[in-house]
Amino acid sequence: MRKRALGVAALATLAFAATACGGGAEPAAPAASGTSAPASAAAGGGTLVIWADPSRVQPLKPFADAFGKENGVTVEVKEISKDNQTTFLTASQQGSGPDIMIGAHDWIGNLVQNGAIDPVTLTEEQKAAFSAKAMQAVTFDGQVYGAPYAMENIALIRNTELAPDAPATIEDMIAKGKELKKAGKVKEVLCLPVGQKGDAFHVYPIFASAGGALFGATATGDPDPKKVLLGAPDSVKAFEKLKDLGEKGDGALRTSITNENYIVNFAGGKCAYLVSGPWAMADVKKAGLSYDISAVPSFKDGKPATPFVGVQTFFVASKGKSKALAQEFVANYVTNVDVAMALYKADPRPPALTAALQQVQAEDPDAAKFMDAGKDGTPMPAIPEMAAIWEPFGIAENAAVKGGDPAEAAAAAQKAIDGALKNN
Amino acid sequence: MAVDVREAARAESTPPARPRREITTAFVVSRIAVLAVTAAILLYAVPPLAAAGSWAALTLLCAAAAAVAFLYLTRRFVPAKYLVPGTIFLLAFQVFPVVYTATTAFTNFGDGHRGTKAEAVTAIETGSVRQAPGSPEYALTPALRGDELVFLLVDPKTKQVSLGDPAGLTPLAGAELGLTGKVVSAPGLTVLKGPEAAARAQDISAFAVPTPGGLIKANGLSRAVEGRAALAYDASCDCVRGPDGTWTADEEQGYFVNARGEHLAQGWQVNVGLANFARALTDPTISGYFLGVLGWNVVFALASVLGTFALGMGVALALHHPRMRGTRFYRIALILPYAMPAFAMLLVWRDLFNRDFGLVNQLLGTHVDWLGEPGTARLGVILVNLWLGFPYMFLVTTGALQAIPRELTEAAAIDGATPWRAFRRVTLPLLLVALTPLLISSFAFNFNNFNAIALTTEGGPFPAASPQVGATDLLITYTFRLAFGAGGAQFGFAAAISVFIFAIVALISAVAFRRTRRQEEVYA
Repeated sequence: MRKRALGVAALATLAFAATACGGGAEPAAPAASGTSAPASAAAGGGTLVIWADPSRVQPLKPFADAFGKENGVTVEVKEISKDNQTTFLTASQQGSGPDIMIGAHDWIGNLVQNGAIDPVTLTEEQKAAFSAKAMQAVTFDGQVYGAPYAMENIALIRNTELAPDAPATIEDMIAKGKELKKAGKVKEVLCLPVGQKGDAFHVYPIFASAGGALFGATATGDPDPKKVLLGAPDSVKAFEKLKDLGEKGDGALRTSITNENYIVNFAGGKCAYLVSGPWAMADVKKAGLSYDISAVPSFKDGKPATPFVGVQTFFVASKGKSKALAQEFVANYVTNVDVAMALYKADPRPPALTAALQQVQAEDPDAAKFMDAGKDGTPMPAIPEMAAIWEPFGIAENAAVKGGDPAEAAAAAQKAIDGALKNN
Repeated sequence: MAVDVREAARAESTPPARPRREITTAFVVSRIAVLAVTAAILLYAVPPLAAAGSWAALTLLCAAAAAVAFLYLTRRFVPAKYLVPGTIFLLAFQVFPVVYTATTAFTNFGDGHRGTKAEAVTAIETGSVRQAPGSPEYALTPALRGDELVFLLVDPKTKQVSLGDPAGLTPLAGAELGLTGKVVSAPGLTVLKGPEAAARAQDISAFAVPTPGGLIKANGLSRAVEGRAALAYDASCDCVRGPDGTWTADEEQGYFVNARGEHLAQGWQVNVGLANFARALTDPTISGYFLGVLGWNVVFALASVLGTFALGMGVALALHHPRMRGTRFYRIALILPYAMPAFAMLLVWRDLFNRDFGLVNQLLGTHVDWLGEPGTARLGVILVNLWLGFPYMFLVTTGALQAIPRELTEAAAIDGATPWRAFRRVTLPLLLVALTPLLISSFAFNFNNFNAIALTTEGGPFPAASPQVGATDLLITYTFRLAFGAGGAQFGFAAAISVFIFAIVALISAVAFRRTRRQEEVYA
């Protein structure tokens, strides 16, 4: 009996294997028709797959379902939580990517050079409905590469019990911070993350106010990767300013203040000023501080302290299986005010649609203040070459903050970036 | 029971036959398990492989499955039954990745060169389509003329309805418009409603209506725009033509390049021969730092292995002492660091070393910038690695100690040896015979201990003069930065450096293993 049982089991397994194999080779086999049916439905436009990060999956679902019902298709919203850009690139290259991807606008350059996203045609009316800065951000090489929906930038958040007035200049802010520190009311002059490798994003407004620049401009006004300006005399002066604010100077910038502890320190009352974005607000509110938000001030007689503006964007994947649906969703559906509002409620970053923003401004003064703080901001350069900037810039910043020679640090950063971009 | 009779007859006719194997439950279950796993892999992998048209992979998979099925359905090839599963996994998870890495090292695979040339051409052409200036943004209604797809296009300003087909645009009379400006019905045509249109989404996105100025293409399912591709590929010259000039394909770089030496953003993957290896050896920003990084890398790996081994063994010896009490409690306490996820603990340690807010400085009452100075940062990562690694050494030493008979040390004591001498001459050599392979593999692991560095110091501190290489950078973190930091992802280059690192680790391990064998000959 035992042996017969074995034989039956083995035969069944073999039959299994044989149908699977045969099915793969000849699509006409019955086993294959079962498995290939959903695939052909997908090819016919039956499903739309959207990838989003965790905070956006829930708010998108109802709208995705509504879109699906309207168009008689299934819409699947899938959560991607790690290395979204790389995951998307790898998956679309293998043909297993989504039809729509949600991400930051500064991915555009890299996604375009890898042929991963398609341009999106918006009507003049739709373009006009977005804030001009958001449109500028999603425009790369003269083409619009997605529908923007939320904008974020850093601002100065201050503890109004400690510092009742918004500082007019960086000098004012530092003086007040030092005074508070001397009086023992705070432990740090300013909570701005530097860390052991610098933080180009957070220090950029101060750097820009001191006259520093990253890239020259091309004829069309886009950043020109052939003209890196980190080592230029103006940028060296800006690094000197950072040194003055650093550990051997005012002590406002410190390498021990990192991305992990800067918000916590502010929430714990260890500093009166925090330079951060909308993502800090959850912690700040939880701490129960009285706070206010204003633009990062500029140096006295300095240039404007322009923060980077990041724009969250819906992209149409080039290698998606349902491109017409994806285009329909991105160009004609998420440009809708209600969708923008729902996303805002799930993750409060100011919407890119002017109408939604006005609605938000009426309900949430913080969002309006962040928006205001970013009105002079520059969209983060979306060119792929930007990847080469972050680290050398951060390290040069770190060196200057620690009291190193600014000229040497700037020159080394310039050399490293030019080397990486093969400019020499 | 016919089978049994036949079996019995055969057994009688060929007298000293192999002893009949007992067919146990475990035997049946394991056979079914192997065959079921094979079948499951097949069922899982065949549809996507067939859909992607990877016929070579499919053939290989089916052949392997057939071989496994054959092997486990016959009663012969007993040794192969044990060897084949391991061999298949070895091929799939060891040999294939190594071969894949080695072949990638000869390509320019990376950002800008991920796909094929055809994909790059498509991306270039699609990306260059611009809306014809002044053209209307039509409201689109897909419709069927018989079985053929056509577009009904409504100019939103004039409300003029046109019929678009592959021949071009013709005005259409008699169409009825809905409130949203889309066509509700048209004479002689079947208007496609939402779901019907969605089902034909792929045809709709492929459909084009030629116009004098370019092409009208669908933009989603409800709008269409007239656009023109500014760049077009010309197969006759293998180039891309556009208003700004001609870009010729350069098969060595994998880019379309113009006369000025500029290239289009989208490139494709090509074979670059030894260029990646040459770059690693000749680029001064890489080779100039190589020896320094290698030196620290060896120090780090050695210090990690020797430190963890010394500490782990010391603790194990202490707990092994017959008069030690409460060993169970100590053992649990000692395993804790090993049981914690190293990933999280490394981040915690990074924060403990913070100069102003870290626990280390607060406990010691110092103000040392631990991770900000080269010397202290190096000491710091070695300490962290020691903390993380010694429980492992403690565990394996405890195990190995159990295998050393106590009589040996007792005999040494009777012969008049001091405890230290007994340890030096008896216990340690016997331990080393058992543990040296583990020490070597621990060395190889720590040589490439990416997490320990990337999560604590990220390679820093960096001297102002050289932002590329930090004081605690290992070869692996250093090359990770080179390959994935600045110029986007460069898989080809990263693979080339991996080959170098592999060679270094293999060389060191081979030498060490050879020495172990000699040692075994002496002591075992």
